[in-house]
Amino acid sequence: MSEVLLAARNVSKQFPGVLANDDISVQLRPGRILALLGENGAGKSTLVNILFGMYRPDSGQVVIKDEVVDLHGPDDAISRGIGMVHQHFQLVPPMRVVENIVLGAEPSKRGLVDLAEARKRVVELSQRYGLEIDPDALVEDLPVGMQQRVEILKALYREADVLILDEPTGVLTPQEADHLLGVLRDLTETGLGIVFITHKLREVLAIADDIVVLRNGRVVGETTPAETNESGLAEMMVGRSVVLRVEKSAAEPTDVVLAVDELEVNDDRGHLAIDGLSFEVRAGEILGIAGVEGNGQRELVEAVTGLRHPLSGTMRINGEEVTNGSARGISKKGVAHIPEDREKHGVIAVYSLAENSVLNRYHRSPFSLRGILRRDVIDRHAEDVVEEFDVRTPSIAVAASSLSGGNKQKLIVGREFSDDIELLIAAQPTRGIDIGAIEFIHRRILEQRDKGAAVLLVSAELDEILGLSDRVAVLYDGKLMEILDAQDADRERVGLLMAGITQ
Amino acid sequence: MTARQKQMLYVGATLIVVMAWAFYTADGPQTTAVLAGTVRAATLLALGAMCGMIGERSGVVNIGIEGQFLLSAFAAFTIASMTGSLFLGTVAGVGMGLIMGWMLAAMAVGLKVDQIIAGTVLNIAALGLTSFFYDRSRSLGMGKYTNIDLGPLADIPLVGTVFFSRPPLTYLTMVLLVVVHVALFRSVWGMRTRAIGEHPGAADTVGIDVLKLRYINVTIAGGLAGLGGSYLALEAVGTFSRAMSGGRGFLALAVMIFGRRTPFGAYAAALFFGFTTALQNQFQLNNTFDIPPQFVGMLPFVVTIIVVALSGLIGSMRDPAALGQVYEKG
Repeated sequence: MSEVLLAARNVSKQFPGVLANDDISVQLRPGRILALLGENGAGKSTLVNILFGMYRPDSGQVVIKDEVVDLHGPDDAISRGIGMVHQHFQLVPPMRVVENIVLGAEPSKRGLVDLAEARKRVVELSQRYGLEIDPDALVEDLPVGMQQRVEILKALYREADVLILDEPTGVLTPQEADHLLGVLRDLTETGLGIVFITHKLREVLAIADDIVVLRNGRVVGETTPAETNESGLAEMMVGRSVVLRVEKSAAEPTDVVLAVDELEVNDDRGHLAIDGLSFEVRAGEILGIAGVEGNGQRELVEAVTGLRHPLSGTMRINGEEVTNGSARGISKKGVAHIPEDREKHGVIAVYSLAENSVLNRYHRSPFSLRGILRRDVIDRHAEDVVEEFDVRTPSIAVAASSLSGGNKQKLIVGREFSDDIELLIAAQPTRGIDIGAIEFIHRRILEQRDKGAAVLLVSAELDEILGLSDRVAVLYDGKLMEILDAQDADRERVGLLMAGITQ
Repeated sequence: MTARQKQMLYVGATLIVVMAWAFYTADGPQTTAVLAGTVRAATLLALGAMCGMIGERSGVVNIGIEGQFLLSAFAAFTIASMTGSLFLGTVAGVGMGLIMGWMLAAMAVGLKVDQIIAGTVLNIAALGLTSFFYDRSRSLGMGKYTNIDLGPLADIPLVGTVFFSRPPLTYLTMVLLVVVHVALFRSVWGMRTRAIGEHPGAADTVGIDVLKLRYINVTIAGGLAGLGGSYLALEAVGTFSRAMSGGRGFLALAVMIFGRRTPFGAYAAALFFGFTTALQNQFQLNNTFDIPPQFVGMLPFVVTIIVVALSGLIGSMRDPAALGQVYEKG
């Protein structure tokens, strides 16, 4: 057996404007789990893409099974036993499990796919590794956890000795994630090596044998779970000590601001996504909506902000009915919205930072006068937002697209928070941004609550929900499972509810 | 297919057979003429629909089938009349179809031109080129393809004349329906083709060359439309005339959609649309209705609009997910 399954030796990769990987060396041995930890933009994905043959390094070497190799593409890596489970599953939804697993390496007879043989091999494989699956199910009918299993089987079918998993737990409930970690541990028993990419500190400590922390394209730390803890890892990732839990006082809820009653909303395909939802959010409290993504969160947020018309039910803001109101009408009532997809709905990429800073109010005084924009007022406002919300930018004239994710998000938050807010709807407010910016945005959201705004927080990050919310509602399959007070909402209980299980 | 759909299919088929037989006993020659005309019109539509579905299953929309029919018909007719060989003419038609398929691939896959624009380019080019080079004095000295009786099968009343006493390209089309069906749904090629139309990224990560396969498929599909052009000039009509494809390349797309992008489904749809065409012809010949012939001629197209609109309402027909999208690696 080889000493080193997979390694990068002094790998560097330059992209226009950034040195994505700067002299990185990592190494994976058989039967071990290597966790790559780092914030977005730290260089994890670039490194993995180099190891998987998608990019070629500018300098340095890739080693597979003690041998220096020159990879020309993913097929090169696959044929050398490297398997990758992508963050966004690479599966063909209307095809069967067995077809997805063998695609590209189909057993065949005279050009025709030998499905019987394929099914036999898949069943064998799933029994050998204890990964049960129905080979004839359509992938689109499977829950995400099962789809991930298909991805893992796909790699194993190609006789992978190394599995690379890119943020594999992002779409799973805590219990599913724990189960996956167990499966991965079992897989290493057979000598398989695993590279595990994540930004979740807890998981790293739970599963890794070796931990490599990346920051700004460099290796800034190598450690093991025994030698460190969550705050130690966070400090390595960010480069300074960080507060993982935001300090907050008890909520003092007053009047009901948002009242939703028996709401039903369809998704884009015309299926019921929100199924009879009723809840209230009071001024001065944060209601967190927990749940695995795709359980109706997007439709709920779009309905409440006026971007999607509900089928039935009512919504009231401060007692006034807004059920079929327009997005602008609802926004006028003092509703701020941090959308979940900041690239698509948060900013207009080609507009300047100044223009983006008034997207919600450009048509009103003082930003425009009789239909003409007042550039000087807008610019002054933008300067204020940049200053107050710590948006790191060379100037307010640059296009929004030139900002990093975290700075875009701070710009959006700054824009939405510059008026007095009655109701804040924050959907995935800290997705994909660095810990420093997360901390900043969390403090700002709490500030709004303390100033008396009602906050509806929708997030797929359970830690974010548990850290900020005064009450936690769990959304599963378009229905509210339960609304818990913060002190009753522990990880275990919420996790089960997220999977649709009530005790 | 659900049990209910199957049931409806059987009921529908039985009804059609009974009705055909009733009409046949009432008026033999007319019924035979209409049904023979149905198969004749369906052949061209089926070839176009197969061309369309291979492209769309791979993720490439081909609205240039009309142009592919027309230019291939022109090539087939010209070569056949020059060489005096229908076979060489047919080969030339298929060859022209392949070339046009390759051109569509070069634009839509290679240069990443918008697929609708690429297809429109083919249509306009074909109409312009054939109108310009069309030589009125040319004719097929030896006549068009003639019927071949398939032994005793041809002697069955009605069915024999309609299906088993046909010219060669009609038989070839029926064989191709089976071939394309097996290829699309049973072969390695077909599985990969469906994968690149649904999720090219997934295909790419398992080492399938998405762009290359699309290139190949759109080119081959062009060959099928080319055969359609040959059929039109050398078997159905026996000459070339300006804009003779007459919108049937577009009708073929409707047939493809209605047939759910499967060869047999498309053939069933083609027979249905072919029937409206044949019926319309017969109405005009007999002067059944005392209205201007243009209105009667609208029948197939009016039915197309109604059927496509209705099928959108009833069936949930899902397009391949990556249809019409340019694939960028990485």
